[in-house]
Amino acid sequence: MKRLLWPLLVLAALLAVNLFFTPSFFSVEMKEGHLYGSLIDILRFGAPLILVSLGMTLVIATGGIDLSVGSVVAISGALACLRISEDGGVFSAVVLALGLCVLLGLWNGFLVAGVGIQPIIATLILMVAGRGLAQLITDGQIITVNSPSYKVIGGGYLLTVPFGILLVLVVLGVTAFLTRRLALGVLIESVGGNAEASRLAGIRARGIVITVYAFAALCAGVAGLMISSNVSSADGNNAGLWIELDAILAVVIGGTSLSGGRFSLGGTVLGALIIQTLTTTIYSVGVPPETTLLVKALVVAAVCLLQSPKFRDKVFRRAGPPSSPRPAAEEKVRVTA
Amino acid sequence: MTTAILDRLGARGRSVPAKYVPVLVTAGLFVAMFVVGGIRYEGFATGQVILNVFIDNAFLLVVAVGMTFVILTGGIDLSVGSVVALSTMISASLMAGPGWPPYLVVPLVLLIGSALGLVMGYIVHAFDIQPFIVTLAGMFLARGLCYTIGTDSIPIEDPTFTAFAQTRIDLFADLWISPSVVIAAVVVLVAAYVLHYTRLGRTVYATGGSEQSALLMGLRVGRTKVAVYTISGFCSALGGVLLSFYMLSGYGLHAVGMELDAIAAVVIGGTLLTGGSGFLLGTVLGVLVLGLIQTVLSFEGTLSSWWTKIFIGLLLFVFILLQRLFSARRRT
Repeated sequence: MKRLLWPLLVLAALLAVNLFFTPSFFSVEMKEGHLYGSLIDILRFGAPLILVSLGMTLVIATGGIDLSVGSVVAISGALACLRISEDGGVFSAVVLALGLCVLLGLWNGFLVAGVGIQPIIATLILMVAGRGLAQLITDGQIITVNSPSYKVIGGGYLLTVPFGILLVLVVLGVTAFLTRRLALGVLIESVGGNAEASRLAGIRARGIVITVYAFAALCAGVAGLMISSNVSSADGNNAGLWIELDAILAVVIGGTSLSGGRFSLGGTVLGALIIQTLTTTIYSVGVPPETTLLVKALVVAAVCLLQSPKFRDKVFRRAGPPSSPRPAAEEKVRVTA
Repeated sequence: MTTAILDRLGARGRSVPAKYVPVLVTAGLFVAMFVVGGIRYEGFATGQVILNVFIDNAFLLVVAVGMTFVILTGGIDLSVGSVVALSTMISASLMAGPGWPPYLVVPLVLLIGSALGLVMGYIVHAFDIQPFIVTLAGMFLARGLCYTIGTDSIPIEDPTFTAFAQTRIDLFADLWISPSVVIAAVVVLVAAYVLHYTRLGRTVYATGGSEQSALLMGLRVGRTKVAVYTISGFCSALGGVLLSFYMLSGYGLHAVGMELDAIAAVVIGGTLLTGGSGFLLGTVLGVLVLGLIQTVLSFEGTLSSWWTKIFIGLLLFVFILLQRLFSARRRT
């Protein structure tokens, strides 16, 4: 839990800033049977990012990285909207879009685990080509659909709660169960710690790597449906642009190390919420929205520096005895524990 | 099929060392594209078409040269596109607002770019944070600074800049280039000299080959790492200056996604992304191939712009597969 301390403090500080500028920030009210309020908005607009980040967490836990999620977001929304505008069957469109996303994820996994390409490069291929593919599907246009049942995914409500939030809770619950109650999480961490050793220990490292990439793409696909359904249209050019960077950021802020071997789902959710709250805060405090990126850069730099053992040693050396002269060794122990 | 080609290359004798093969493949691809284009389209097979590729991509070439240094050490620099945009923005706003003369603006922009690179390199080296994350923060920072300067496009009306943009340097037989191409060519030559004939260049290769060994050999790995990010920052700023010659405007949305183009050019040019192996000539060829794809698409006319991305993705895939085959062969 100590790992979650810093992200929690940052999130609390951000919320406190909001409370200071808008005293009614924490109020949640019922209007026409729906929940309304700034906090609900943060959750609702943050839902796609949380989903993408969850998938990214597992990929990063295996020591990989998935740059293609942004393109997958665009592809999924584009394909679903295209199908709906052609024949109107929402269910088949959603299944088809998610199916294609899983296929793309399997492709990434195959390149990484089967061919043995560096993850950052393997997924770069789909990141570049996928954006083109999404534009190919939409023919470079913005496809608008008028389907109330499709609108539910990103903009609807169920039992007074926005549907997107429920969707995130379900995915989070299933992922947490699979990785923390079953052995899958330990297997993923072991592959991230040392893929070759895990294989020799009898773990099907390849299968696990391929699975997490497929899972990441599936999460991105659902997020893509959410984004496109919220605005009832698909934009192959801009949907999900740079969401992969935000997702990686959320994972890193949440305390998952980029070198793999351990992960924290709770931390990732916190990280994604921090990013979304940051955006909301910038609007509510009245800072010009252009500076969002600037603030984000400073937060990233601060969080990364705080997490770097070398930085802490250098800066806090005088404050106390050297906490861990060999941070790398400590890391390895934690992986095997 | 690729394996067959590799085997044949290997069987032909030891005259072609394996390290040159990726560059040769890229060169072959470029020639093949040019020949096929020449057969398919009228007016394609002229020298000016190739020169136009240089003219339209001079800024990308300069940026890709900087990226080559970083990737050779095994790092990556995601901030280049934003630094390019920041450079166009700073030069445009300084010349439009306070009316600074270009001979002050250009050195200042180059200094800012180098300083950004220096800081990122220092953080990568001193605090052991992954280059990917550090340069990602740099990317946000530079892009954010652009928007803080202004959200609109600022036109550049400075007479020196416009004169520079419109100058044509005539070569023989109706061929011409722009001054930007000359600058890019100088950058390539200087960079090639630094990489192959100076201590810094050899340390870059050594660091990328094996950082541990380089350290044990007593090479200044830390200083080299800081240096390559500074070089990349400088090249991005220079690329930004060339882009503002080309566009005659400063805009926060210039060069969005250019880091991907630069990385793609370096990879297609045969530089290993794990570092330690690759040539500057390959990067030049990589930029040419990317540029030629766009030229072919514009000659084809019916194909839409997104095919560029799909083709670049395909090319990336083929070349990465090729690299993979080579590194697998070398190990056995």
